[in-house]
Amino acid sequence: MNFQVIIDSLPRLLNGALVTLELVALAALAGFVLALFIALARLSRNPLLWMPAYGFIFFFRGTPLLVQIFLIYYGLSQFPEVRASVLWPVLREPYWCALIAFSLNTSAYTAEIMRGAIQAVPRGQIEAAMATGMSRLTRLRRVVLPQAMRIGLPAYSNEVILLVKASSLASTVTLMDITGTARTISSVNYMPVELLTTAALIYLTINFLLTRAFKVLEHLISGETRAAVNDPLMAAGLNTPEAMKKIQVK
Amino acid sequence: MFDLQGFGPMLLLGAWMTVQVALTAAFFGILLGLGVALMKLSNSRIARLLGDIYTTVLRGVPILVVILLFYFGAISGVNAIARSLGHTQFIDLSAFVAGTAALSLAFGAYATEVFRGAFQAIPKGQIEAARAVGMSRFTAFRRVSLPQVWRLALPGLGNIFLVILKETALVSVIGLEELMRKTEYAVGFTRQPFTFFLFAALLYLAMTIVAMVVLQQLEKRANRGIVRGVGA
Repeated sequence: MNFQVIIDSLPRLLNGALVTLELVALAALAGFVLALFIALARLSRNPLLWMPAYGFIFFFRGTPLLVQIFLIYYGLSQFPEVRASVLWPVLREPYWCALIAFSLNTSAYTAEIMRGAIQAVPRGQIEAAMATGMSRLTRLRRVVLPQAMRIGLPAYSNEVILLVKASSLASTVTLMDITGTARTISSVNYMPVELLTTAALIYLTINFLLTRAFKVLEHLISGETRAAVNDPLMAAGLNTPEAMKKIQVK
Repeated sequence: MFDLQGFGPMLLLGAWMTVQVALTAAFFGILLGLGVALMKLSNSRIARLLGDIYTTVLRGVPILVVILLFYFGAISGVNAIARSLGHTQFIDLSAFVAGTAALSLAFGAYATEVFRGAFQAIPKGQIEAARAVGMSRFTAFRRVSLPQVWRLALPGLGNIFLVILKETALVSVIGLEELMRKTEYAVGFTRQPFTFFLFAALLYLAMTIVAMVVLQQLEKRANRGIVRGVGA
């Protein structure tokens, strides 16, 4: 192990870390917004809504991310119409293509997490909200989504970690993220082991910090549930939907 | 719909290589996961620490970086040894070995957590009963825990397999001629990237669907004789 090489290349690798973080942040944001619509479409009873959503999720979860990136970056150039369109300056850039691929990919996974979380909100609460005269949108905004967010957060934090790791594929379309920088430098100085190990350590650090941040966030938005520890039902573990059902049956 | 211009058989050959890589990684990954899960559940502090380091690192680092590290690391390692033995020529390590080793390690890290959960899901009373009838710890493990772990771990292992099946595409980066690499050849020749990458995507989808059906059958088989609770 040549530590001087590691120290010398650290500034450039950290610069790459900024690119990685930027890609992850933008893709997570775009993916989240997109996922909300996909999840709602997926949950709809209208086949014109749920079938395309199902197909989208199936395609993006069933194929490798590398294929998706290549389809967008190399694939779209096959069509003269695309090359002539106003979007071409965007679709020509590896940065935007990678960002689009990451956003679409993460939105498919996030939509499934949201669907699970929305369906996990107890039915009785929705009925109660209906009974008090809330409209569909109000129910969604006031009852379903706030709770779904809490239920889905642990799974979503996993998805963000996966996105950080997936972003290393940006290096396959020449972007200088952490992996891209490590590969480029090592192709010049022939020290791939040193550079890739350092890159691995940077990824580990980012993921460690992200895991911590999500733990804090989980703690922050679970205020009411934590307060319920004093609740005797909660203490006995009887406030879960399943337990409630059993109590009702008896 | 697709005019493959005669590249069809070549792509199918690539898909076959993809399947081989995924199955090999699954085989070694399951063995590795089982071993490390036992380390993590053991009483030895060192074994637990090693297990923790392994899963934390392999689950926190992109598989692409692990693959590259394996490829270049193993090459420079093997050549350093060869040089010290007086060998002067450069030895190239097969992309299949490096890629499969990296994917096996990644599979193993995820499988460790699945196996750990499966072992913990076996009722403690069963182990106590086995011990009470005079089985040694090892016999109790072999006869009582192990046969049940397969059934409990199968859904989790299936999910990992579906993930790893897609990650095999990354081995194309170090030059293994699996589906992705073969597709790139076809693209280079025909200049029709969309057609061929879409076709590759559909082949991956088809492989995923086949894997899902097989896993479903395996689960059915593993669960034969198990009566599920009505409420569960």
